[in-house]
Amino acid sequence: MASSFLLSCRGLSAAADETPILHDVDLEVPAGEVHVLMGPNGAGKSTLGHVLMGDPAYSVTSGSVEFDGADITELSPDKRSRAGLFLSFQAPVEIPGVPLRSFLRAMVEGRGQKMKNKEFRKKIKELAQTLDMDPAYLDRELGVGFSGGEKKKVEMLQLLLLEPKLAILDETDSGLDVDALSVVSRGMELYREQCDGTLLIITHNTRILEHLNVDCVHVMVSGRLVAAGPSGLIDEIDAQGFERFELDNSAE
Amino acid sequence: MAENTIIVTTSGKKRTQVADVDRGMYDFRYEDADAEKLEAGLTPEIVREISERKGEPAWMLEHRLKSLEIYNSIEMSDWGPSIDGLDMDNIVTYVKPNTDQKSDWDSVPDNIKDTFDRLGIPEAERSYLAGVGAQYDSELVYHSMQESAAKMGIVYSGIEEALHGDYADLIQSKFMTLIPPTDHKFAALHGAVWSGGSFVYVPKGVRLDYPLQSYFRLNAKGAGQFEHTLIIVEDDADLHFIEGCSAPKYNVANLHAGAVELFVGKRAHLRYSTIENWSKNMYNLNTKRCRCDEEGQIEWISGSFGSHVGYLYPMSILAGRKAQASFTGITFAGSGQNLDTGCKVVLGAPETSASVETKGISKDGGIQTFRSSVVATPAAKGSRCSVSCQSLMLDDRSRSDTIPAMDIRCKNVDIGHEATIGRIGDDKVFYLMSRGIGEEEARTMIVNGFAEPISKELPLEYAVEMNNLIKLEMEGAIG
Repeated sequence: MASSFLLSCRGLSAAADETPILHDVDLEVPAGEVHVLMGPNGAGKSTLGHVLMGDPAYSVTSGSVEFDGADITELSPDKRSRAGLFLSFQAPVEIPGVPLRSFLRAMVEGRGQKMKNKEFRKKIKELAQTLDMDPAYLDRELGVGFSGGEKKKVEMLQLLLLEPKLAILDETDSGLDVDALSVVSRGMELYREQCDGTLLIITHNTRILEHLNVDCVHVMVSGRLVAAGPSGLIDEIDAQGFERFELDNSAE
Repeated sequence: MAENTIIVTTSGKKRTQVADVDRGMYDFRYEDADAEKLEAGLTPEIVREISERKGEPAWMLEHRLKSLEIYNSIEMSDWGPSIDGLDMDNIVTYVKPNTDQKSDWDSVPDNIKDTFDRLGIPEAERSYLAGVGAQYDSELVYHSMQESAAKMGIVYSGIEEALHGDYADLIQSKFMTLIPPTDHKFAALHGAVWSGGSFVYVPKGVRLDYPLQSYFRLNAKGAGQFEHTLIIVEDDADLHFIEGCSAPKYNVANLHAGAVELFVGKRAHLRYSTIENWSKNMYNLNTKRCRCDEEGQIEWISGSFGSHVGYLYPMSILAGRKAQASFTGITFAGSGQNLDTGCKVVLGAPETSASVETKGISKDGGIQTFRSSVVATPAAKGSRCSVSCQSLMLDDRSRSDTIPAMDIRCKNVDIGHEATIGRIGDDKVFYLMSRGIGEEEARTMIVNGFAEPISKELPLEYAVEMNNLIKLEMEGAIG
């Protein structure tokens, strides 16, 4: 029977080069909610984001991932994307010689969406302006010479262009100055407004969560989900850090 | 004077190499050859026949016969990719025009026909490219191009007809002076049996603002196996010449030994663009050279895609003060291909400068080698040269090498070389795929991006064709 959750992982374990990283992860995210994944450095949060997106650098050793009613455990990343999953990268790549505009175009075309060139140009220009990006960036080579903040804005632009069902934001807020941070927040809010999007936000920083109604907070330590709770958990973590969860974990 | 010295030096060096060859071994082989082999070899009679059929001036016949002697007396080079697949004992089969090889459309391999389809090459040009056509619409384009150039005093014609025209003496004074038959075995072969090719003469101060394209000069005799291109751009003149196109050229005989000689006058500018895409049975042993006088500029844009084996190193001889050369090249070696490409630069006068930027791609077990030679002569004071080559290997079975040679005989020159060899990053592929782009398209995008600095130098229609070509080459690259 298909689950009522948009995303659900059951007993998911994954390894990189035979080194186990994720252990028996159960995670359920209903459509329309905002979930936050927190945890100390090296806990495996980003790995979970990448595994959910189908990064071939990791292998799923057991368990399954179900998305929008279908088992996607074996699906390639492009098919997951077309099914409505999105991952905003912590460190977006640089691809020399490929203009940002062409990349965005290929994304849209990869979905079989027919959009006239004029319409497409107008749309991405508007999105760029919404995100305080100079439209001149659209003609630059993807990521090449972009600052950290600009790279993250480009991620948000893609989020708003694709309007996925679920967006995993992997430390999209890390290393940003206040202005860039507010742009990213605006992007997330817009995404919620535009298409009632579902979010799984991976972060250390609680500041980015201030304007969002968080439905659930998950805590990951050493590749395991060790706690889940309502948004109040965020304040607790803010005040006390992850020590409590780490202790819990080692006591297991 | 300096320039002459250089040329002599270049060929002189080769002569030394020839002298080093163990003659005894050669003679042994010759004496050992049976009568049948002798008949199959290239003879003065065959060369006379070629010349006679063309009704050439006496000096050309003499040139051919002398080249034949050189051909028969020098050894094959002992470096670079193997050319064992060439049947040198039966060289006649490559050379003799209209031997019993009769080509027709049905004999053209399917993969070539398929590529024509997918590149969208018009029917008329396909038959030419496949070496079976004779008349086509492009001839009209050629003639109109020829006429409008003629109004500016530019001569653009087949080189064989030019041998009988007003520029016959000029041609005689330049022909195979940059590439002497002594240069290497295939230069000698070319000197003996060359056939067809283009002649362009741009008078002083004349600047043509659109490119001349040999693509449209399709009525050249034969499909250009041993064609000779001679271009003279006089002082203060400007020309862009485009050779070839990106559809695969198919020849029944699989040896191509053409020659390109370019003369750039004082303050003149020549841009020479090529996309070589011979069918994948071809041994492409092409030689290209340019000489630049004071403040003259040569720009090479060179794409090598096809061929089974390729040796190609366009050479810029900067013979006058402040002459400049730039070389922008891309080589794509796929399955069964061994492409050895690069360039040569001679800084032969004060304050000359050259920049070289190349990209190499290898895939499916293909071998791609960048080979360059930079020579700074004692006259090169204040000259500079930078060489940059980047290679991309698309899988573990393919190979890329970089072999830069530098011979610096002068103080106060600035010579730099940088090379990188890399693979397509899995993280990049994953990133693109995570946006819904399929794996094959993701890889193609990355490769096209890698090639972009080259394709942006090409005229638009060629850039589009090159991108299509990369796309074709990338198809089926995924497991």
